[in-house]
Amino acid sequence: MKFDRSARRKLWSHTMTVLAGLCALVALIPLASVIYQAAVLGGPVLSVDFLTANPPSPCSPVVGQPPCAVGGIGSAIQGTLILVGLATAISVPIGLAAAVFAVEYRGRFLGLAISFTADVLTGVPSIIAGVFIYTYFVIYYPVIVFSALTGALALSVIMIPIVTRTCEEALRTVPHSLREAALALGIPKWRTTLQIVVVTALPAVLTGILLSVMRAAGEAAPLLFTAFGSRLGFQGFNNPINALPLLIYNFAESPYKNWISLAWGAALILIILILIASVLSRLVVNRMVRRMRGG
Amino acid sequence: MTRPTLSPGDPIVRRRPRRWGDLIFAALVGVGGIGVLVLILAIVGILVDQSAMSFRAFGWGFIIGTQWDVKNNIYGVVPALSGTLITSAIALLIGFPLAIGSAIFLTTQAPRWMRGPVGTVIEMLAAVPSVVYGFWALYVLGPYMRTSVEPALHRYLGWTGGFNGPATGTDILTAGVILAIMVIPTISAISRETLAAVPNSQKEAALSLGATNWETTRYGIVPYARSGIFGATILGLGRALGETMAVTMTIGNRDAVPTSFFSQGQTISSLIANELTNSNGPLQYSAIIEAGLILLLISLLVNVVARLLLWRVLRVSGGSTE
Repeated sequence: MKFDRSARRKLWSHTMTVLAGLCALVALIPLASVIYQAAVLGGPVLSVDFLTANPPSPCSPVVGQPPCAVGGIGSAIQGTLILVGLATAISVPIGLAAAVFAVEYRGRFLGLAISFTADVLTGVPSIIAGVFIYTYFVIYYPVIVFSALTGALALSVIMIPIVTRTCEEALRTVPHSLREAALALGIPKWRTTLQIVVVTALPAVLTGILLSVMRAAGEAAPLLFTAFGSRLGFQGFNNPINALPLLIYNFAESPYKNWISLAWGAALILIILILIASVLSRLVVNRMVRRMRGG
Repeated sequence: MTRPTLSPGDPIVRRRPRRWGDLIFAALVGVGGIGVLVLILAIVGILVDQSAMSFRAFGWGFIIGTQWDVKNNIYGVVPALSGTLITSAIALLIGFPLAIGSAIFLTTQAPRWMRGPVGTVIEMLAAVPSVVYGFWALYVLGPYMRTSVEPALHRYLGWTGGFNGPATGTDILTAGVILAIMVIPTISAISRETLAAVPNSQKEAALSLGATNWETTRYGIVPYARSGIFGATILGLGRALGETMAVTMTIGNRDAVPTSFFSQGQTISSLIANELTNSNGPLQYSAIIEAGLILLLISLLVNVVARLLLWRVLRVSGGSTE
């Protein structure tokens, strides 16, 4: 009898382990399916031309007609680089400054308030960032509502809180003894902060920036009514511009065969870029953690 | 800025006369810090300002209005808001067990070599852009729902009334499923963090009482991490509430209160994505902004609650945040 109960408990324990494992397995199916689908439908269109040419006119193959122009996603790659680059240039100084302020100059309340606000801001829906920039420009500068500039601003609204939070965590890992040693040598606080604290935390700071860049590169919602999308390449900061996620959204639901295969190719490129970046950032974080633990 | 006390955690306080470099630097980073605070106020402020016209026209009736009628210029938020709430509820219903199951598996059950890599791969689910999930759903998930899942649900659960109507694969249910996939990494990652922060003594005590592996987890570890898991779930809810692209591509985009899980519907974010730039007049524009304001306020509330819970858990137990 006693043996039975113990056996039953062991069986139950093993059952639950298997069930929990199944949960992990099921959670992985969508990722596998997404990557498989993008590779199968997007893989065949990849080529050098695909990366540089601009999107073609819409077309579906018709028997007896000349084949459709394939084209490429050059303008979307260029647009994403410009948008994310500009957004990074705007949000990194602000986010890093906010993080330095919250960690190095914290009055108890203000520092906490900034961390908390940044945390909450990371949860604000990305489409609201787009609505915010859109409505602001509709009121004050309606001429450039749809432009590279507004697109980059909308992306920076998303990036600033992420940069702030990740840089904050990074700065907090720097031991106080370093700051104290520098200050004891008579180095002014601003140089201590920039040349000792920020430099020590640099790998983690860069990882944080990389995370925010990844996030911004994949966002389409805030660009819908700011960058707007365009089949042409860069036309100046005051004109609409294309981006990879925008191209995917605009072409995915179109009825044209050549646009849909472009969208799959773009999805594959985007997934590859983001997976590489996320593996890279994880490696850096792991190395940092090991170093901090004195390993 | 003199401080009366100096506690061990503080950066050292300088009491010598200030240098100009320090002063300028403090001012510069101060601007960044205040900038973050101003940003959120500016977002709320401009949405409040722009929704004034709609608020004057409909008052509080906007919140209970069940019509989004472009032709007659009558707007209420219920069609979109109910879509947002129902799809998010489906997302949690499906996503929560899977996320918690995999978090428990990866922190307490899995062989040690498996924990890191599998955890990384699950978190990569979060790195895939929303629009790619939407595109995938158009080709894989949607057709699968239409041909397999929805007919089966109709056959076995049709009597409940919730699973009637044509199975299209672009409806509330599909949007909920795609959201479930997207909240799993959020819930799972933070739950893992809080489960890992449970002190070892909990586990050792349970094991020394003769508990099995599962009993240790169930009675020793999970209860200890409960509020962290709750916080993680609310954070996942926040993500589901505001998700736009994948939902817009799967929900069917119809401005009506859903009557079944197979109804085409709208969420607030898909409403904004579809109608903001081609609104038929200032009143519709203002109503869309007001719907956006409601979404913003809900997600702010949800995030504040989640963060308060998580800050307490992870700071107190000396988890990964410091």
